[in-house]
Amino acid sequence: MNLYGVKAIYRFEMARMWRTLMQSIASPVISTSLYFVVFGSAIGSRMGEIDGISYGAFIIPGLVMLSLLMQSISNASFGIYMPKFSGTIYEVLSAPVSYVEVVLGYVGAAATKSVILGVIILVTARLFVDYTILHPIWMVSFLVLTSVTFSLFGFIIGIWADGFEKLQIVPLMIVTPLVFLGGTFYSIDMLPEIWQTITLFNPVVYLISGFRWAFYGVSDIHVGISVAMTLVFMLGCMTAIWWIFKSGYRLRS
Amino acid sequence: MQPDISVRNLSKVYAGGFQALKNINLDIQRGEIFALLGPNGAGKTTLISIICGIVNLSSGTVLASGHDIVRDYRAARSAIGLVPQELNTDAFETVWDAVSFSRGLFGKPANPAHIEKVLKDLSLWDKRNSRIMSLSGGMKRRVMIAKALSHEPRILFLDEPTAGVDVELRRDMWEMVRGLRANGVTIILTTHYIEEAEEMADRIGVIRQGEIILVEGKDQLMAKLGKKELRLLLQQPLESLPGELAAEPIELSEDGFELVYTFDSQQQQAGVARLLRQLGEMGIEYRDLQTRESSLEEIFVGLVHE
Repeated sequence: MNLYGVKAIYRFEMARMWRTLMQSIASPVISTSLYFVVFGSAIGSRMGEIDGISYGAFIIPGLVMLSLLMQSISNASFGIYMPKFSGTIYEVLSAPVSYVEVVLGYVGAAATKSVILGVIILVTARLFVDYTILHPIWMVSFLVLTSVTFSLFGFIIGIWADGFEKLQIVPLMIVTPLVFLGGTFYSIDMLPEIWQTITLFNPVVYLISGFRWAFYGVSDIHVGISVAMTLVFMLGCMTAIWWIFKSGYRLRS
Repeated sequence: MQPDISVRNLSKVYAGGFQALKNINLDIQRGEIFALLGPNGAGKTTLISIICGIVNLSSGTVLASGHDIVRDYRAARSAIGLVPQELNTDAFETVWDAVSFSRGLFGKPANPAHIEKVLKDLSLWDKRNSRIMSLSGGMKRRVMIAKALSHEPRILFLDEPTAGVDVELRRDMWEMVRGLRANGVTIILTTHYIEEAEEMADRIGVIRQGEIILVEGKDQLMAKLGKKELRLLLQQPLESLPGELAAEPIELSEDGFELVYTFDSQQQQAGVARLLRQLGEMGIEYRDLQTRESSLEEIFVGLVHE
């Protein structure tokens, strides 16, 4: 195991975060704050409680998930796309590092950033809305699991992308709709029956439901299923990455 | 002695069907400077990229420092430093961070003293805290060399290291290469400046259309394939080449004032003495004569265009 190699990549990626502090931390915090002001305080004050939780508090887990997903994907995809774009990837390819080590470095750093960001958003949310965390260990587990899973997903996108457009297209065109339709702003049983069924095909539903359960002990779907679905998605991403390195797809001709 | 790089029956066919390398066999000895020459697109960079692990091979085997580059890639790659042709550098990192990153990536614990030495040797010490994007092209090239040397490789690949580099840096670079060789580092370089290969290399390999067509010690190559030329400036112009000389490899210039005699270096000077005697007997007088050896460049052009 080339631990120095993993550490070098990890530190390189973390340095990028401190350099781009505004983009990495400040902008998601600002946009999340805007959601809290508009949906939590302004509109939320006129909405009834959902499952016995005030609307402002109800949307917190979903909003954290929204940021977590977007940032995990964008951090990890950018992290591996940039060396491909600038050509510096030659160094990683010629280094005595296995693909597991490469993934540990890049995905580990991206997931770390997401977890830090998630915590910052939770702290920020506290300024606007009062909330409780019933199962803190589960909450942290979901936070970490989601960050890692979607950083893996972002890594795949970064390798697949051969232009900046493609880098943006998946987060914008697929992930954002899935998060908005995944129960961030409503409980699934508020939907007509047919949509309740369709929604079950949206993987984000399981994440948000499980995460919300960790906060308030109520969920649309059993928490065990949420964890299982997240693990399945993570396994899928790992399989895809294994194939990428084995075949050399877009990395080694 | 076991060669430092050993390439056996190496072929590469790219996904599109283009065969970049055809059955390459090549041994490079420890501590030598090996120059790989060939026209653009001959396969130089593909060969280097395969040995360094950037491109997958199609068939054959490569040993670097005795380790198979596929099965035992960690040991093989740890021994190798690569300075690629393109100027691919990070932009926002400082010189120090970028070079330290490379050392870690290659599995070596931090060693600020070594990084300091490398940066000083390459005149980068003053720039250690500068962001790479603020450096000139020549300085970026130095950074890439520093990155390749950060993990103390015993084999160094320099792919067109002096392309677009000013005279001063080129001189520094060759001085550094000589220093590395003195420390036992094996150096493989490609270059378009053949006079550099002529000056630096111990051995020369020529690659053409994916095939190694020749590997020779530089001196042997020059001796074997080099041509010598004797030019005689005549007192009186000749109308045409005298019949007695027609059988010899001699040409008469258009104005009739110059005779050019071409001979192999190996033939020694015997032919020259005979020719001069013959000219004396024929009463052809000359006011000056000069001999010239063909350069590696001419040899190279001759080989590649065969």
